[in-house]
Parts: sequence; C-alpha cells; structure tokens
Amino acid sequence: MYGGGYIFEEPNNRQVREEKIHDEPEKLAAFEDRIARGEKIEPGDWMPAEYRRQLIRLIEQHAHSEIIGALPEGTWITRAPGFKRKLALIAKVQDEIGHGQLLYNAAETLGKTREAMINDLLSGKSKYSNVFNYPAKTWADVTVIGFLIDAAAIVNQVANSKGSYGPYCRALERICYEESFHLKQGHDAFIELATGTPAQREMLQDALNRWWKPIMHFFGPPDKTSQHSEKLMQWKVKMASNDDMRNQFLDMYVPKIWELGLTLPDPLLRKNAETGRWEYSDPDWDEFFRVINGGGPCNEERLQVRKWAEEHGRWVRKALMKPTEKHTLPVA
Amino acid sequence: MSLDPRVNRLKLGDPNAVIKVEEGENWNVYEVFHQEKRGAHHEHVGCVHAPDPQMALIFAKEQFARRKKCVNLWVVKSADILAFDVEDEDMFANNLEKTYRDASGFKVMEKINKFKQSSKGTTDVK
Ligand SMILES: [Fe+2]
Ligand SMILES: [Fe+2]
Repeated sequence: MYGGGYIFEEPNNRQVREEKIHDEPEKLAAFEDRIARGEKIEPGDWMPAEYRRQLIRLIEQHAHSEIIGALPEGTWITRAPGFKRKLALIAKVQDEIGHGQLLYNAAETLGKTREAMINDLLSGKSKYSNVFNYPAKTWADVTVIGFLIDAAAIVNQVANSKGSYGPYCRALERICYEESFHLKQGHDAFIELATGTPAQREMLQDALNRWWKPIMHFFGPPDKTSQHSEKLMQWKVKMASNDDMRNQFLDMYVPKIWELGLTLPDPLLRKNAETGRWEYSDPDWDEFFRVINGGGPCNEERLQVRKWAEEHGRWVRKALMKPTEKHTLPVA
Repeated sequence: MSLDPRVNRLKLGDPNAVIKVEEGENWNVYEVFHQEKRGAHHEHVGCVHAPDPQMALIFAKEQFARRKKCVNLWVVKSADILAFDVEDEDMFANNLEKTYRDASGFKVMEKINKFKQSSKGTTDVK
C-alpha cells in the first residue's frame, strides 16, 4: 500500500495491486513493450511496483512545487505595480494552485491519498522544487520567476507530457496550455524593467544575479552524478536527462537575456560552437543539497505557512466531512 | 521576519509542530465533465475533491472553466462510475470480417450495372 487505508468498494472495483518487479517477468515484458510502442499506461493497468513508486514520487513532488511555488509570488500580489500586473499575477498564482490540484489527483490515481501526500510535505519527508526556498525580495524577482522559472518548468513539463502515464500526461497537457500565459506575462514584465529606467534595470540585474544559481540547480545534479535513471528513461517516467534539459533551457533563454544587455553572473557561461553544448561554472551542488535538505533561506517559512493554512482551514473541512463515506480514488 | 507582510501578521506556530491531516479530511473525489458549447457532448476533463455534489460543481467551475469556453458542467462521484476492467480489453478486439455492419459492405452499383448490361435489363428498359 502506498498511503491510506482506503479501498475501492463501489462499482469501479479496481484494486490497487501490489506488484513486484521480478515476480511477473511476462507481465513486465508486456508492460515494457506497450511503453516502447508509445502506448499510455492507465490507473487500472498492471505496472511494476517500482514504476508506481517512482511516478508517485515524481508527480507528488511536482504537485508540492506548484503549491509552494505560489508562495513567493503570492507575496507580491498586494504590491504588484499597477492593476494589469496585479490581475495577471492573481490569475497566474491561481493557475499554479490549480496545477497542484490536477497533479495531486493524477498522483492519487496511483494509490496514495491526497491527505498522505500533504502530510509528507508538512513533515518534510516529501520534497518540492528547490528554487522556492529562496525569497522574492523585489518586484524584479517576480518577473525573473514568471519568466525564467516558468520557462524552465515548461522545458521539464513539455518533456514529461510525452511520458507513459496517462493521467499525468493529461494533467500536463492542461498545465502546459496555461504555462504559455505565465511565460508570456513574465517575459513582458521582465522586458518592461529591462527597457525601463536605470533604477529598474539595476533592480532586474540584481534579481538575475541572485536567481541564477537556483536556476542552474533547477534541473537537478549533473548526469554524471545521478544514479539509476536508465530504467526510468526506458519506462518513460524520466523523459530527458538533467543536463539535456538544462542545455535546452540555456539554448532558448540565455540569448533572450543577453539581447537586453543584461549579464549573467558566470564568466564561463558560453555556448561551445563545436559541441553545440553550453559550458558553465560548477553551480555549487553542495549548496543545492544543503538547501533541499532544509538549509535554505525560506524552507522553514514555506512549511510553516502551509502548516498554518492546514491548521486554520481544518474546522471548515471537518464541518463538511462525511466520516462514514468510503474514500475512492479518481478514475482516470 | 518574513518579506511578506501577510505572513508576519499570522501567528505562525512552532516550526517543529507535527500537523497531520486526517484521512478523509480532503473529502471525496468527483469526476468532472465539461460541455464546451450547447449541443456538444459533455467531455471528461478530470476530477475535484469535494464534500458533496454541489460543492464539487463549484470547485469544478473554478478548476476547469476559468479560461476556455464552457456552457455547462456535470459532476459525478468517482465511485459511481462503472467501467470494464482494463484486463478485459480484448473483448473489444474487432472481428476482421465485420463489413456486414458497415455501409462499405454493401455494393449495390455492381449489381445494378450488371443487371443493366444483361439482356434482361436491355429488353425491359425501353
Ligand atoms: Fe504551474
Ligand atoms: Fe507557471
């Protein structure tokens, strides 16, 4: 079992099955053939336990990232410069919360309840994207998040939307559609500062300098250090390597930063014309691991705010709860 | 001190406090069906967590109808969906010889032309 003590009791009598990867070589072979043919895996299908475990981990963390990611940006809703920016930011933050819901539902089809996922977030057991452990100090930070963090997230999400698990792909399809608005409004706000007064440009350059390291961390540690992703690639859980995604991101967005006369705080950053790959300084992976394990500037605040929300919303949820009702999982 | 004045106004608890959400506190799951325009089918778009169907409709509107066109939504408790077991998928396998169910399986022109060319056809039609 992956979470709560619920079972399907009612007409859609799908059981959450315990599978062992080596127990059923024939089923495993058929499963891998289906994925190789480009077919999607659906919730009731047989799947190896490790596939289920890795997908829950991936989708759950993605969901947490959407929810926690709304906090640094949400900070600026009350202080957004002007009505149009405020409306766009409210809409974007609402979308991100919606993405969290879609993803929790997709993860839940695999057998872990939303309550169990939230509990693992609050206890620190389950992680979320490391970038959100950094503060959004000025309005320029919000434009850097909206433009570059969303751009990085899109590279990742577009890759994942071609993965093998049906419910995750369908959620991502909807998410990617909305992300195109996030990126565009972020780019627009970014350009407004970049082409504005000297003070605005300075504020933007400062934000870029502070965010560059977390952005370089975004796609995770370099390929040479990350273990056992081969099986996950074959199963189309992981769709592209960390370095490949990082390279794709740099290729698409560094020119868009440089064309505005802004700089990036890495003297070694350049595209190698021969290999076609970007080269950069080591972005301090020790800091990455330190922050992801709770040592970042905002880890504690982020979780405390989530805990506060859970605690203060509890009486409403409980008042509406129907304790006798059997809990079910989403169908698809 | 947080950079967020709203956070500073909250009385945040002990960072080490254990907050646990109870099983069932996030209610139950409802499947959502979205109708894009009058006359179109309602299409399945996802699901929401809600305590009852009325709330499910409100959440569904917020989640699935805040941008693209929508004229109506249905919600139904996920538990009430009855579906075939995916393992029985082979029952839908198509019999190769199913032209008897298909317009293409009936070739009337051939017969008409043959009739017209036959002596019977030419003598009858004057
Ligand atoms: Fe998102
Ligand atoms: Fe976004």
